[in-house]
Amino acid sequence: MQPIADLIAQQIPGAVLGAVEAFGEQTVLIARAQIVPVCRWLRDEPELAFEQLSDLTAVDWPEAPERFEVVYQLNSLRYRRRLRLKARVPLPACEIDSVSPVWRAADFLEREVFDLFGIRFRGHPDLRRIMMPEEYDEGFPLRKDFPTAGKGWRNTFEFWPAIQAGREVRIDADGLTAPKPAPRSTRPDGEAAS
Amino acid sequence: MTADRHHDDDRGSFGYIIHEPEGGAAGVTTEPVDGEGRQPLFRTEDLLLNMGPQHPATHGVLRVVLELEAEQIKKATPYLGYLHRGTEKLAEGKTYNQAIPMTDRLDYVCAMANNYAYVRAVEKLLGITVPERAEYVRTIVAEMQRIVGHLFWLGTQALDIGAMTIFFWTFRERELLLDLFEALCGARLTVSYFRVGGLDPQGDLTPEVIAKLRTFLSRFPANLEEYEGLLAENRIWLARTRRIAVISAEDAVNFGLTGPPLRGSGVAYDIRKAEPYGVYDRLEWEVPVGRHGDTYDRYWVRMQEMRQSASMISQCLDRLPEGPILIDLPGVTYPSREKVMTDMESLIHHFKVACYGFETPPGEVYCGTETPKGELGFYLVSDGTNKPYRMRIRAPSFVNMGAFDHMARGYLIADIITIFGTFDIVMGECDR
Repeated sequence: MQPIADLIAQQIPGAVLGAVEAFGEQTVLIARAQIVPVCRWLRDEPELAFEQLSDLTAVDWPEAPERFEVVYQLNSLRYRRRLRLKARVPLPACEIDSVSPVWRAADFLEREVFDLFGIRFRGHPDLRRIMMPEEYDEGFPLRKDFPTAGKGWRNTFEFWPAIQAGREVRIDADGLTAPKPAPRSTRPDGEAAS
Repeated sequence: MTADRHHDDDRGSFGYIIHEPEGGAAGVTTEPVDGEGRQPLFRTEDLLLNMGPQHPATHGVLRVVLELEAEQIKKATPYLGYLHRGTEKLAEGKTYNQAIPMTDRLDYVCAMANNYAYVRAVEKLLGITVPERAEYVRTIVAEMQRIVGHLFWLGTQALDIGAMTIFFWTFRERELLLDLFEALCGARLTVSYFRVGGLDPQGDLTPEVIAKLRTFLSRFPANLEEYEGLLAENRIWLARTRRIAVISAEDAVNFGLTGPPLRGSGVAYDIRKAEPYGVYDRLEWEVPVGRHGDTYDRYWVRMQEMRQSASMISQCLDRLPEGPILIDLPGVTYPSREKVMTDMESLIHHFKVACYGFETPPGEVYCGTETPKGELGFYLVSDGTNKPYRMRIRAPSFVNMGAFDHMARGYLIADIITIFGTFDIVMGECDR
């Protein structure tokens, strides 16, 4: 059997941008504009029959000219074969066509990618946040420029320098406050009190 | 006045049903609704009913907004994310070994299965195979976990429907298996028993554990019959599960369902058969398949799967080979405890594996594993460092939840609990 990339290229000219086989898995890079026709054909072609979309996700490559990679894991239950499709999405527009008309499994999966990466899916029936709160506006958590360990707000708190210096921090009704340095008591001879 | 008109009206006591278009003006309509210019006595609107996020029957924090027409569900919109802990993001900052305990907390009812799915993906990336005995022990604990998961489902589903006894019975058997997990690895739920390259070498199957497991297996088929005695011909159970939450085979595939919800609809697809791992290809077992795609068939599939699992465990115990349960691969696995205590280089080596972990070849793998809930897939993207560049968890509960609205439409509000329960969803895995 021919490699699947060649079959797709024959069927939909200009759709295939590259193909890799590694770790026993096939990956085909698809032109962004062609993703829906390619998926529909892969699903409907009886020789291939990728009836199920196992997974849909994205990977962020901040250095790349086309920053995001949307990754589709296809599964053919009939032929027990898997295939991975990829499409690159560049930043300013950050849009790709939705495959939810092809597989309804894409409904939730695309919503998750929209929520956590900020990639919009054209033609999605109900593109809303799914994991994060709806009013969340601090960016897209799975992008690489979103920090894993806070954004440094803690360092702006009043008591933070005191904690850093190992000094005592009191807990008042108002919250945490650092005690003011006590005036140093000095003995008449000028020696510092121990 | 109204009462008289009510009695005059030969259309029944419920008046007329008016559907306002969505967002339409509320209030009494002034349009005459029948030929005689009479106004309706009662007007019925779609009712929006909020269920959750804290609801005892959602087995976690899930919120569902139900659009109801009288008692009928017109639309069920799930709101997820109440248990979102950012596991995928956190994994990007941890070494491959450090992510294993996080996988316990995905589907916290079936931690062994999650461990298995994860370490398989890492092993695929590293290109290592595990020792023969480890493959057997992995299969044994994975099938024990499947029984635990299905027993948990059966007990809670029956409890939601109102059957109290079966809940205690299934938890009685579940307890025995959890005790064995405790004997193996010291934990009952969040086990972290698997290691990249095998299993925790401190927790090999001892003769005592094997003896207890055999005792359990000798009684378990009779236990299953007891459960079926309570349910299979129980009128309430049948009324609440038959022809409820039906999904056709085509829809099930299209919605990405996996596991018992897919097989209950008549699709004989099981990753253990399609892409065998462990020792599944060396055992004799069948894939139970339902026909109608309703809750009852999914229940039946799970009951049969427990029987198959018990038989698989027996076969594995019969053939269990001797040998190590962890591959000896310096740089990836820990040296043995004895060596660490006596040998300087092993101590350094242990320190390095614990703190720095190991590097994986650059590339990407997707590895799907059949857990009690369905296909748990890990998609790992490696950039050649000691931490995954991206770890994606394809959680069966999350994808199955996508079909919830489709399966709930048209049923009665009293069924919503069984429709939710029929997927066997654990929110820790759904929200990750």
